[in-house]
Amino acid sequence: MELIQLSMPLLLSGLLLTLKISIFAVVIGFFIGLGLAIARISGSFMLAAFSQGYSSVFRGTPLMVQLFLFYYGLGQLSFIRDSALAWWVIGDGVRCAILVLALNSAAYTSEILRGGFMSVPKGALEAARACGMSKWLQFRRIEFPIAMRQALPAYGNEVILTLKGSSLASTIAVLEITGHAKRLMSQTFAVIEVFAMAGAIYLFINVVMIVLLRLTERSLMRHMAA
Amino acid sequence: MSVEIPAVCVEGIEKSFGSLSVLKGLGLTAHSGDVVTLIGSSGSGKSTFLRCINLLEQPDGGTITINGELVRTRQDRNGKWQPADRRQVERIRSKVGMVFQNFNLWPHMTVLQNIVEAPVHVLKIPRQQAEEEAHALLRKVGLADKPGHYPSQLSGGQQQRAAIARTLAMKPRLLLFDEPTSALDPELVGEVLRVIRQLAEEGNTMIIVTHEMQFAREVSSEIMFLHQGRVEEKGAPEIIFKEAKSARLRQFLARAAGGPGAD
Repeated sequence: MELIQLSMPLLLSGLLLTLKISIFAVVIGFFIGLGLAIARISGSFMLAAFSQGYSSVFRGTPLMVQLFLFYYGLGQLSFIRDSALAWWVIGDGVRCAILVLALNSAAYTSEILRGGFMSVPKGALEAARACGMSKWLQFRRIEFPIAMRQALPAYGNEVILTLKGSSLASTIAVLEITGHAKRLMSQTFAVIEVFAMAGAIYLFINVVMIVLLRLTERSLMRHMAA
Repeated sequence: MSVEIPAVCVEGIEKSFGSLSVLKGLGLTAHSGDVVTLIGSSGSGKSTFLRCINLLEQPDGGTITINGELVRTRQDRNGKWQPADRRQVERIRSKVGMVFQNFNLWPHMTVLQNIVEAPVHVLKIPRQQAEEEAHALLRKVGLADKPGHYPSQLSGGQQQRAAIARTLAMKPRLLLFDEPTSALDPELVGEVLRVIRQLAEEGNTMIIVTHEMQFAREVSSEIMFLHQGRVEEKGAPEIIFKEAKSARLRQFLARAAGGPGAD
């Protein structure tokens, strides 16, 4: 009981940081991923090759390796240290974790959205063109909404994975949920209790997230109900 | 002869897909209120020709003039023809309605949303006015009770009638129908043809690609028989159906009369 009283406030303060890292990473990752997906289907060889290369590199290496490369690796380079903006990001564990998670999530998001875009019926786009819609209007009103609905289940998964991936920020000394749990573990040696609590907090956020995603899906997919 | 400007005047349209030449200098003129029907066996180029008129296919040559406005084209670096001015193409398309074989309704929108989408976002009509007009159009095509339905909840015939309402919502000066009943179950063809027939009687200018010969005979002011990318024969329905000169056309009509979908 004492242990819970000691640990819970710390773990919950870590929760705020976990949420901050995850939300920023998911939002930034979404827009980069969207850009990469559009580049991939743009028909331009250079853009598509870049997007594909990016996605291979970030999906093909472990998140923790990326985190160390950015935080410890880039942090050693003098031109990064000399650039105010770069050092503002890389020099801070939380911001660096957000950046790496966002870049990593962008790679997966781009693949998910690409699948969504490819599933948009050609006829729906043709009908949009035929009534005089501009390219941008077509994208905004027809192509993107249909693609996003297709991609939503897989994308929801990606959001959950990113949230769990944020626990790796603890490896670069960020005190989010897992960071606090590690510290508590070395102070109290109550491994099972502390990590069970940490796990329960993750589970709680993810269950809330799953419910929210399910509700969004249900409201957006009304057109699929028979 | 008056000097009235034709609703659409298309001349010398050529189109190839790779080495396959599909259209070999096709032309067509329709005045306001005309109903021109394109018939011919599959592969004769009639759908491609129709799609060239609103530039869903970019022709490799020829001119397209809609209401006296010539569609400007230019050649890109690879020698392919491109519209010179996207805005012009978009403006012209907003006045030329197209009804597709597979309806092509937007699946994520209700019937009402499908109908008001382009009027609100392309023509910038106030949403409330667009919705009122949409309800009137739904009554006209017999779907007054379906504005809140999604396309997947409708039968093929209902989807096509909704698609026609969507096209009419743009108040097009010219209507293009690309085999509007070919994807429908036979028992649903009639309800769609009834709507199209009504539009013809109201004096809309229309170009129709169809396999429904009896329908073509009844609604057309002119019928064009295409064969391998050329106009083999054209004329008023009575002439085409009774006194066709082309042996190919007579053979085509005989086969159509014997097959399914004939009267």
